[in-house]
Amino acid sequence: MMSLIIDALSWACLLLGCFLGVSGAFGVFRFKDFYSRAHAASVTDTLCVFFIVAGLVLQSGFNLVTVKLIFIVVLLWLTSPVASHALIRSAYQTGLKPTLSTTRKESAKRGQS
Amino acid sequence: MSNINLLIDIVLLTMLVFTTITIVRSRSLFAIVMLSGIYSLLSANIFVILDAVDVAFTEAAVGAGISTVLMLATIGITGYEQKKRKTISSISPMIVVIITGAVLVYGTLDMPAFTDPSAPIHQHVAPRYINDSPTEVGIPNMVTSVLASYRGYDTMGEVIVVFAALIGVLSLLGIREKKSDPIYTEPPPRPILQVMAKFMIPFIILFALYVQFHGDFGPGGGFQAGVIFSVAIILYTLTFSQQDAMKLVPPSILKRLAALGVLIYGGTGIVSLFKGGNFLDYNVLAHDPVHGQHYGILIIEFGVGLTVACVMMLIFFAFISRGDKNP
Repeated sequence: MMSLIIDALSWACLLLGCFLGVSGAFGVFRFKDFYSRAHAASVTDTLCVFFIVAGLVLQSGFNLVTVKLIFIVVLLWLTSPVASHALIRSAYQTGLKPTLSTTRKESAKRGQS
Repeated sequence: MSNINLLIDIVLLTMLVFTTITIVRSRSLFAIVMLSGIYSLLSANIFVILDAVDVAFTEAAVGAGISTVLMLATIGITGYEQKKRKTISSISPMIVVIITGAVLVYGTLDMPAFTDPSAPIHQHVAPRYINDSPTEVGIPNMVTSVLASYRGYDTMGEVIVVFAALIGVLSLLGIREKKSDPIYTEPPPRPILQVMAKFMIPFIILFALYVQFHGDFGPGGGFQAGVIFSVAIILYTLTFSQQDAMKLVPPSILKRLAALGVLIYGGTGIVSLFKGGNFLDYNVLAHDPVHGQHYGILIIEFGVGLTVACVMMLIFFAFISRGDKNP
């Protein structure tokens, strides 16, 4: 019974992770703007990895492999957002402006009203 | 199990082919450099599937890691776009390529089938290494024993090649040390990156040392460790400034250390000569042969790591100090 629950949980995690990974890949290809593309990719970096590794942790039980997997998640959670940040920051500094549907003034006005 | 390996192989090889085609067709040098990094990473994955973890580790560290960084530093000097050339006829290159390809394919016809145990490569020296390495050298990672002990001459040649590359780069480019102090502003220009780099660098260096001294037991060794160590310093250079990094690891000391690594390697050979053995024969280094092998491998791996780390840092410094702006 216990193993069935763990199996079901781990499969749910793996499938959710796969869904996030695929949706991230779709986002990278389908979005028009560089910044929204980077946003889609960074979702894959963090949450997708977390769910896939959580699924694998549930599969592996508690041993050395689990510890290594948790290390991988910690490393990726620390480095991937910073890497995305560095990428977007350098894009912004080299002069790539995000395409916005509204200008800043318009959105400020909308916030007040 | 083999089915899923086959599937992964097919996917990876397809991606490899597409990456190559994109590299050939692209004109942006920046994109080409990033794609060749991806190419190396894909080949590292293929090596993992072939159970060649040491090669995969080297490919990931050297091919995907440091050479991408060095190439990026290079195009920082040269410019990001390929120069437009006059359109020349594409027929004669095409003929050359087709003939060469046909010859190569013809050459593979004589090759033994993949994973054929009676292939010449599995009959020559490999059985002796596999049978005798556990008793002669006595370290768990057979790759390290082949690399550092049985094939010690070849590895020494590789280290000397790396060192010669450094001499070439330094005599052609040289390192321009900036005398001016870096400009410190408040808040710092890259706060998030700097905090993260400060956090990561100790772990990267720790991992490099682990790879260096654990090479006898698992995948790893001097080449990979040296590259990982230099990556820590390169990360520091990129997130802080060139002047800070050159203050931390002065190039004048690095040059001497790079030479010292080669000297350690060659010196081990000379010592074994004086102790009455052959050149690079570690058996005579200690009271019994297996201990001698252990010491010998540890010492020469340290030499390799030292040389590789210093050479990589120096080449990186040489490239970025030519660039106009501070990275």
